[in-house]
Amino acid sequence: MHAADRTDAPRRNGPPQGAPAAAASPRGAPPRDAQPRDAQSRGAPRRAEAPARAVLEPVEIRRALTRVAHEILERTNGGGDVILLGIPTRGVPLARRLAERLEQVEGRPVPAGSLDVTMYRDDLRLRPARALGHTEVPAEGIDNKIVVLVDDVLYSGRTVRAALDALGDLGRPRAVQLAVLVDRGHRELPIRADYVGKNLPTSQRELVRVLLTEIDGQDAVLLGATPDAAGREGS
Amino acid sequence: MNRHLISAGDLSLDDALLILDTADELASTAARPMKKLPTLRGRTVVNLFYEDSTRTRISFEAAAKRLSADVINFSAKGSSVAKGESLKDTALTLEAMGADAVVIRHSASGAPHRLAGWVRGSVVNAGDGAHEHPTQALLDAFTMRRRLGRIEELRVTIVGDVLHSRVARSNVLLLSTLGADVTLVAPPTLLPVAVGSWPCSVGYDLDAALPKADVVMMLRVQQERMNAAYFPSVREYSRRYGLDAARMALLPDHGIVMHPGPMNRGVEIAAEVADSARSTIVEQVANGVSVRMAVLYLLLGGAWETGEQR
Repeated sequence: MHAADRTDAPRRNGPPQGAPAAAASPRGAPPRDAQPRDAQSRGAPRRAEAPARAVLEPVEIRRALTRVAHEILERTNGGGDVILLGIPTRGVPLARRLAERLEQVEGRPVPAGSLDVTMYRDDLRLRPARALGHTEVPAEGIDNKIVVLVDDVLYSGRTVRAALDALGDLGRPRAVQLAVLVDRGHRELPIRADYVGKNLPTSQRELVRVLLTEIDGQDAVLLGATPDAAGREGS
Repeated sequence: MNRHLISAGDLSLDDALLILDTADELASTAARPMKKLPTLRGRTVVNLFYEDSTRTRISFEAAAKRLSADVINFSAKGSSVAKGESLKDTALTLEAMGADAVVIRHSASGAPHRLAGWVRGSVVNAGDGAHEHPTQALLDAFTMRRRLGRIEELRVTIVGDVLHSRVARSNVLLLSTLGADVTLVAPPTLLPVAVGSWPCSVGYDLDAALPKADVVMMLRVQQERMNAAYFPSVREYSRRYGLDAARMALLPDHGIVMHPGPMNRGVEIAAEVADSARSTIVEQVANGVSVRMAVLYLLLGGAWETGEQR
């Protein structure tokens, strides 16, 4: 990681290469695209948020989760070997809600836990070290189970990549699937979700925020115009 | 957080809690079949030990390796130090080798502080003279919190050779930040002159202190540092300030016994006490690895706000 990466303005098609040598950094500008953009939007100082509009109301979130729960049961033949692992922070209550719905439908408990991916992230060195989330894997372990990862927003795909690495250190699941409440596009890695609550076409300048009763006191998905430094939604 | 960990007194309450919470999460990885995390891949940690140490050096080495950092062990014996190289020249050598963190133990108080001015990486104090040993204090606090559920308002009695103990000083500073109520109990000859200015109370009677103590921490009598007669005889010291089974019975039912190690069995602590269920001595060693992982992660895992390349 070169220092220049983090201070560069976002580049879409690479910097103009014809610039005089004196202006370029001594090592030459690294021709990478995704990383600087990602870092830039996340590292920006926190600005006042523009008014955000709700794109999902509580009742829509509820319906979306119920549909996703049914899709999980269909795709996994009744959810027999399923373990739901939420990615902190907001993936964890979502995993618990999905587990409740699976239990209501199938009449037997479905284990749910949490999987913190902080130590596996590829952007750790771009920000000050951060506090870790909690990892709690159901006692039976994940070997030969179908692990469904649950997160609030799917964006670059980097969080999910980190989660796959973290899972690999915990055991060997028979299959890993991904459920998200919102897919906002703009993937930077070859990753897709198996279950999507809502596809939300966005611009990269927009900010998607998921609010959940368990953490924020209310359920909502908000779309704002200003990119926000908190940026964890962006993952 | 500071970029160096020199003194337990430099840690704010938030810093200290962040380290303890991080250590809590990292402790759970020790129970897994796969204990290694990829977080510090490509980082280099140098263990620079000018004094003998088993547990601290191994603990730092294990912590760094579990985070996938490269570890270079340097001990003064058998190195250029034996040929007369100064600390500064050694530091510049390490700098040239690209050390991201230097864990230093030195017999001179203040050596880590000087080193921090010479190297670009983070400096972690692993014990300097009779000054400080901050990671030991952190692992002690971590052990108390795990055993007793909290640190705030805990009554901690630290007994023995406070004068030569860097562990005692770091513990007093950290525990007072965390809101514990610390009492030092020692013969007057083994208390530092400035102890009156420390954020703790002082007593001379162990039997009076024990019934009120949630935690009793026994310190080693550091005979290798003693250049005068601080007490008449080992036997007398042991009678008045040693923890035996009869004294341990004075503790409240939940009270725990700690010792930073290495122990002098039969001097400050009786063998039956050291091996009892109330003793956390082995736990402290295991917790040491988790706490040092947390410290290394928080110092090396992220970028510093200066925008400087790390």
